[in-house]
Amino acid sequence: MDLKINLKISLIAFCFFASQVLFICNSNADSQLINGAGASFPYPLYSLWFKTYNTKKPDVKINYQSIGSGGGIRQVLTGTVDFGASDAPMKDAELAESKFKIHHIPTVLGAVAITYNIPGFKEQLKLTPELLVEIYSGQIKKWNDPKILVENPTLKDAKNYIIPIRRADGSGTTAVFTEYLAKVSQAWKQRYGEGKAIKWAGGLGGKGNEGVTGLVKQNPGAIGYVEVTYAHTSKTPTAWIKNKSGNYVQPGMEEISLAAQGVKIPDDFRVSITNSENPKAYPISAFTYLLVPESMAQAKGLIFNDFLKWSMQEGQAMAPNLKYAKLPQDLVVRVQKKIDSLVYKTK
Amino acid sequence: MNKKYRDHHPGDKIFFYSLRGISFLTVGIFLLMILFIGKMSLPALNKFGLEFFFINDWNPIAEFYGALPFIYGTLVSSTIALIISLPVSIGMALFVNEVAPKWLAVPLGFLVEMLAAIPSIVYGLWGLFVLAPFLRTYVQPPLSEHFAFIPLFDGPPLGVGMLAAGVILAFMITPTISTICREVFAAVPTVMREAAYGLGATKWEMLKLAVFRASVPGVGAAVMLGFGRALGETMAVTMIIGNVPQIKVSIFEPAQTMASLIANEYAEAETNLQLAALTSVGLALFLVSLIVNGAARFVIWKNKHKYKI
Repeated sequence: MDLKINLKISLIAFCFFASQVLFICNSNADSQLINGAGASFPYPLYSLWFKTYNTKKPDVKINYQSIGSGGGIRQVLTGTVDFGASDAPMKDAELAESKFKIHHIPTVLGAVAITYNIPGFKEQLKLTPELLVEIYSGQIKKWNDPKILVENPTLKDAKNYIIPIRRADGSGTTAVFTEYLAKVSQAWKQRYGEGKAIKWAGGLGGKGNEGVTGLVKQNPGAIGYVEVTYAHTSKTPTAWIKNKSGNYVQPGMEEISLAAQGVKIPDDFRVSITNSENPKAYPISAFTYLLVPESMAQAKGLIFNDFLKWSMQEGQAMAPNLKYAKLPQDLVVRVQKKIDSLVYKTK
Repeated sequence: MNKKYRDHHPGDKIFFYSLRGISFLTVGIFLLMILFIGKMSLPALNKFGLEFFFINDWNPIAEFYGALPFIYGTLVSSTIALIISLPVSIGMALFVNEVAPKWLAVPLGFLVEMLAAIPSIVYGLWGLFVLAPFLRTYVQPPLSEHFAFIPLFDGPPLGVGMLAAGVILAFMITPTISTICREVFAAVPTVMREAAYGLGATKWEMLKLAVFRASVPGVGAAVMLGFGRALGETMAVTMIIGNVPQIKVSIFEPAQTMASLIANEYAEAETNLQLAALTSVGLALFLVSLIVNGAARFVIWKNKHKYKI
């Protein structure tokens, strides 16, 4: 009997081993495979990039799983992927945790658009940062509140209650939005704070951009925040926001790109560009990053560098078609320099 | 199994050992899961203690976590689902099995079972775009207008919320419950029906005397399965419950369940304590399911002699 069990075990072990060998052979056969994971916001653009790059260099295949920024950071730290991607730069504590250096490469810009559903209101909604803070902390309850009427006089007949909608799932979009609110309002910072998930004053939570948009469309009087590419492709109305210079700005691609030009950007590119000084900038904008660990194998790293350089030239040109805001030209030059300086130590 | 018999037939032996292996494997996986979830939840349970299950707050920024609003949301939404679904399921099972002509019964039974095959995200999107607006326009305003003295119906007509989640869950568990009920009703021996008819019973009296009494334990099992599915349902509920961790009497108010909280926050959890707190909520879900199942089994077991055939 013992013999039989042993036989059984060895048979199973053999099958398992054989399948592993086959798998490894397969992946090593003729192409270089690079694995990445992270943010879901740039996923449509990245997958187009990787596909296009693959047609240019057929022996390089880059896999990307859009599992969310947090997951991307965790997988880079544990070394289960070759590179990661995140909507928010890694925190100092997270970088300190890492056994190897991790570089941030900004790829495109994203922004948070404010969408709304006010019955009978056909004009452009204009919001100041203060109004956003007071709406989301539940202090302004109706659309015809005098404070809103100052900026939007035609709303005086809008009797609907305001239903603030936010993301229920932890999200980079929430992180950018709350970081902006905390930057413009000390009260928000102390009461609610900033992060991918916070404790909200009330309202409703929707799952994903589609959940938020759905709730906004369903509920008269609702206001919500969504990732800007989603707002553009789903053709929802978006509010103009008063920026730091006092101008009302729409979340257009140029206005988002300009947000990177009103802020001093450090050499590691880890910086918040919300509430930008640029007079034409849309204030709730942010970079999205590729996270490139120095621990990547040298052979892969060189190939990946080539891809990164390509993404700064042809890649940037592809971004506007998918409604992503390009990096401004002066920043592209700096990022290219950074890419040239990347070295990989693992043989 | 007879030992001698087992030893002499290699085919039976292999069959016996592989079956034993598979059943041990199931138990083993179950134990490993508890162990794993328990270990992952330790940081949160160490910090908050058993009070974790009774704290009515969830604040990722202040790093202060409690599971109570989610336990409440899960239990109430599932209960609403069961209250709506149970009469419908039993009625449907009776109709298909006992009343409907065959040409109607077969496709009807098939369609009900098909409901179980619809992915939950489809239920969720349907709930968000069809059910919620319907509730907000046609159900909630009259209810809150005429029955606001009942605290359950005194709330804002948002469409999404506890009621919407309960209704969508009812849709999802009805096929489970009614399919099992059909099997249970069909298993009642024909002699019992004939005996009831022989005593001069009408169709309804026959069902009451012969079918229902004998079916109580089976229907109980069906309810448990359905309730279990409602407790753990994630995607559809997340789309439609409003995702606000609060305990409000009104079923029009938004709420949140344990499963939807985990699905929402796990992927982007930022700190280890948040991860541990989320796993602890998973542990709470596990315990709640266990307690509910255990209690239901106990009730059925206690009353078993009443329904002996």
